[in-house]
Amino acid sequence: MARIVGGIFTSHVPAIGGAIAKGAQDTPYWKPFFDGFPPVRQWLRDARPDVAVVFYNDHGLNFFLDKMPTFAIGAAPEYRNADEGWGIPQVPAFRGEEDLSWHLVESLVAEDFDIVTCQEMKVDHALTLPFSLLWPDERWPVTVVPVCINTVLFPLPSARRCLALGRAVGRAVERWASDSRVLVIGSGGLSHQLEGQRAGHINKAFDLAFMDSLTKDPAWATQYSINDLAREAGTQGIELLNWLAARGALADGARELHRNYHIPISNTAAATMLLES
Amino acid sequence: MTHTRQVHDDIPGTPLFDGRSARRGYALNRMCYSFNDEANRAAFVADEDGYCARYGLNAEQREAIRARNVLQLIAAGGNAYYLAKFAGIFKLDMQDIGAQQTGVTKDAFREKLAAAGRS
Repeated sequence: MARIVGGIFTSHVPAIGGAIAKGAQDTPYWKPFFDGFPPVRQWLRDARPDVAVVFYNDHGLNFFLDKMPTFAIGAAPEYRNADEGWGIPQVPAFRGEEDLSWHLVESLVAEDFDIVTCQEMKVDHALTLPFSLLWPDERWPVTVVPVCINTVLFPLPSARRCLALGRAVGRAVERWASDSRVLVIGSGGLSHQLEGQRAGHINKAFDLAFMDSLTKDPAWATQYSINDLAREAGTQGIELLNWLAARGALADGARELHRNYHIPISNTAAATMLLES
Repeated sequence: MTHTRQVHDDIPGTPLFDGRSARRGYALNRMCYSFNDEANRAAFVADEDGYCARYGLNAEQREAIRARNVLQLIAAGGNAYYLAKFAGIFKLDMQDIGAQQTGVTKDAFREKLAAAGRS
């Protein structure tokens, strides 16, 4: 059976792509963020995952408001990104892991998750930037299964539901008849807010409590309603739902091996974490 | 049976993009979504009036686009993620957007962000 080797959690601010394109990783502004990655890459070299299941949110590249799934799973042989409107650099295509995609679709529906299946799916910076951060040579050593969570159009799925989804994904991976080593990625956050008179909202205390909770009490965030989470973490900080789902896929006793937290990158409290299953 | 409404505007300065906004802003967001394509961005720049008319923007939305005013665009039903593609046409970054909405200079907005890290 397949095995989940661990989870990596990171912010996905589009400006990271610009910094990579300009080679600005070691400048004073960017260094505190990029310095969070060498220990994660070292761990990846030892953990040798074959497949990555990525919990992320689409920002209006693949999904428009004409059809907005709450949970969508990619089941494509290949995923590409595309022009997102502001000229973000393109990266090589990602190979899909169709067997695992369909296994997840079947397992999740059997557990009463009514998910949308996508045999074609563009992936935006929320999926591509974690890959570029983890594998800077952009020769992706893993295949991918994208799991997209709606963080655009309210009502959003609750923290409780996202954690449950992640746990169901974790159970399904462990039943997947494959000897693959599976990495889980949670993309987004932490606190930030782009719109309104409160634009620029950041909440360090909440972020640190949330990061602590991923090992101490993974269900901690489920005490909050979506509105509570938006109040605390900001309207885009709500992307912590992707982290929560990814955490759910890991074993209960997952251990924290590394973290980095830096304010600000663009308008965001940027965070990176590594948990081993 | 009572129904607890999850989405309401009770966070100061924080619009939540719900069904009401989605209904009001559909044409505007649909136009902004089209800016994923370079050719559409160029078509907008070449003929802004014609492009907005083609997407059926109402007067409030048309004026908000004309004013390049983010708070007005949100009030007209715009969603931050699609509006970001509109902002991209003018090479505005998220600190430009944040400064405009909060009524401060870009430097002051950046300083506010940096201060959050020192707290």
